[in-house]
Amino acid sequence: MTRGTRALLLGVAVLLVSVLLGLLVGPVRIAPGDALGWLVSFGHRPSGMSLQQAAILADLRLPRVIVAGLVGAALSASGAAYQAVFRNPLADPYLLGAAAGAGLGATVAVAFGPATAFEITVPLAAFLGALAGVGLAYGLGRSSLGGRSATSLILGGIAVASFLTAVQTFIQQQRSETLRQVYSWILGRLGTAGWDDARVAVPSVVIAVATLWLVRRLLDVIEVGDLEAESLGLNVGRLRLVVVVAASLATAAAVSVAGLIGFVGIIVPHTVRLLTGTSYRRVLPFSVLFGAAFLILVDLVARTAIAPAEIPIGVLTAFLGAPFFVLALRRSGRRIA
Amino acid sequence: MIHRLIGGFAAVLLLLAACGEASTPPAGSGPSPTETAADFPVTIETSSGSVRIDERPTRIVSLSPTATEMLFAIGAGDQVAAVDDQSNYPDDAPMTKLSGYEPNVEAIASYEPDLVVYATEPGDLGSSLEGLGITTLFQPAAATLKDVYGQIEQLGLATGNADRARQLVDRMKSDIESITDGVGKARGLTFYHELDDTYYSVTSSTFIGQLYSLVGLENIADEAKGAGGGYPQLSAEYIIQADPDLIFLADTKCCGQSARTVAKRPGWDRMTAVRDGNVIPLDDDVASRWGPRVVDYLRRIAAAVERVEQGMAA
Repeated sequence: MTRGTRALLLGVAVLLVSVLLGLLVGPVRIAPGDALGWLVSFGHRPSGMSLQQAAILADLRLPRVIVAGLVGAALSASGAAYQAVFRNPLADPYLLGAAAGAGLGATVAVAFGPATAFEITVPLAAFLGALAGVGLAYGLGRSSLGGRSATSLILGGIAVASFLTAVQTFIQQQRSETLRQVYSWILGRLGTAGWDDARVAVPSVVIAVATLWLVRRLLDVIEVGDLEAESLGLNVGRLRLVVVVAASLATAAAVSVAGLIGFVGIIVPHTVRLLTGTSYRRVLPFSVLFGAAFLILVDLVARTAIAPAEIPIGVLTAFLGAPFFVLALRRSGRRIA
Repeated sequence: MIHRLIGGFAAVLLLLAACGEASTPPAGSGPSPTETAADFPVTIETSSGSVRIDERPTRIVSLSPTATEMLFAIGAGDQVAAVDDQSNYPDDAPMTKLSGYEPNVEAIASYEPDLVVYATEPGDLGSSLEGLGITTLFQPAAATLKDVYGQIEQLGLATGNADRARQLVDRMKSDIESITDGVGKARGLTFYHELDDTYYSVTSSTFIGQLYSLVGLENIADEAKGAGGGYPQLSAEYIIQADPDLIFLADTKCCGQSARTVAKRPGWDRMTAVRDGNVIPLDDDVASRWGPRVVDYLRRIAAAVERVEQGMAA
């Protein structure tokens, strides 16, 4: 077994342990033996478990853990890929206007859509908004701001994000009765995650993460520089487009089911770099595994620390992630990026 | 970005969620009841100092939906020149685009008000208006029913309708008494009050929470005391496990929730309240204001409790 394979197995093990913990621990006490029995028998209820406990496992905890894992993997992988193609250690999945687009989409759906269909229209509008935001930023960066360089795309993203946020704020200001719904949606809502959300997120996240996984070797090349990569025969513009499309798809899916969860897309890839080295052959797979595990564990804290109340997930990702990151940074003694 | 959102969200919760907490100072330290309706000038003692009103105001601007309801209920409706964009009750209130959350002092002044009533102080609204020579009355979210009565009587004095105000308060008191007397107390029935579809709720320390205590209901959110300053966000699995006898939805307007949408939530279909049809839709506005319609709200709660008790007896 090579060192790489062993490390990968370790990553998978970490993820599996996180999933198990996420299932076994929660505000409602369920005997771990019962919960394990329920799991290994694929949802067959052990004699000691009540119908209600089985429902909590099957309808609430399992889908919530899956959605948290998907969102964590999507944001971390997108963040890692963005950091490569934009050669910017501060790049995160929301860099190109995905967050602003999603926010505007959700606001429009809340302000002008039928209140009875919010659970369908708001995620859909956020998904389309995120893709539209990135599309606009990409188009603007290419057409008006001089070519396909990383900088022009980032500037396009800044312009688009500011504009979309301004429109969103205007709509909110005009219809202040929508404020509450928009904010509670934007702030992240793993608390209501169910199988519907998992079904919505799976296809986009799987396709996007698989795409990023496949191009991970090329990310090492592009990180050196556009000219150097071109000289090695790489079509830099096309690779950047592929990465932007895949990362946006993953981010849009994550945002549509979970709102905006900050920090994950930056901190997880950097922590992974400190642990495994900077080659994207390892950074990308481990960002996927650790990103999923990280968000599952943070969500576990979010729903148990002050149970039966919850802590907003976006608050916790930074609160728990930042000290861990500093610790990893100190111990490795390495330079980032 | 995220931090701004969180800050904004906290503000929104405070503004929209509901009324004040028991810890906030009472809104009025009791107007002197000896004043007669036509006597001006009057001086009103409030928690933030005394307010002197020289003449009977005839161009009142209300930036508080609750104050608007109170003003119309005490017969001061024809003295009101403009109300804010959230003051949707009663129907004949002169609703404008003025905002109580993001007040525009110049826009308010353009109505040439002789009295401005407001419930949220987003900065220096009061002092800005005073600077323009406009008399203001600050009536923040009530923490108790006593605050509600105090505010109504304040408005009565301030507008020259003290007698009508006192009558309204007396009627509210006797109505509330007869409602709470009619309900068999302390049957150990539990409830969950929902502020939005991410399961924000209220504890018994809030104004709304106290209303439920009046009819002897137990609040499942009290387990989360301390979290969220009286407005905790509950875990779905906790709500399901607590299995309350009654679910009150104060998010029918904001978030389009109903008994039907609640039943469709994962894991909620087996809950007692859902199966027995005891998911009670409320008017978001009534359930977040502290005006005269508190009585209607309480009546609705009492009726729901009675229904559950009859179902149990049958």
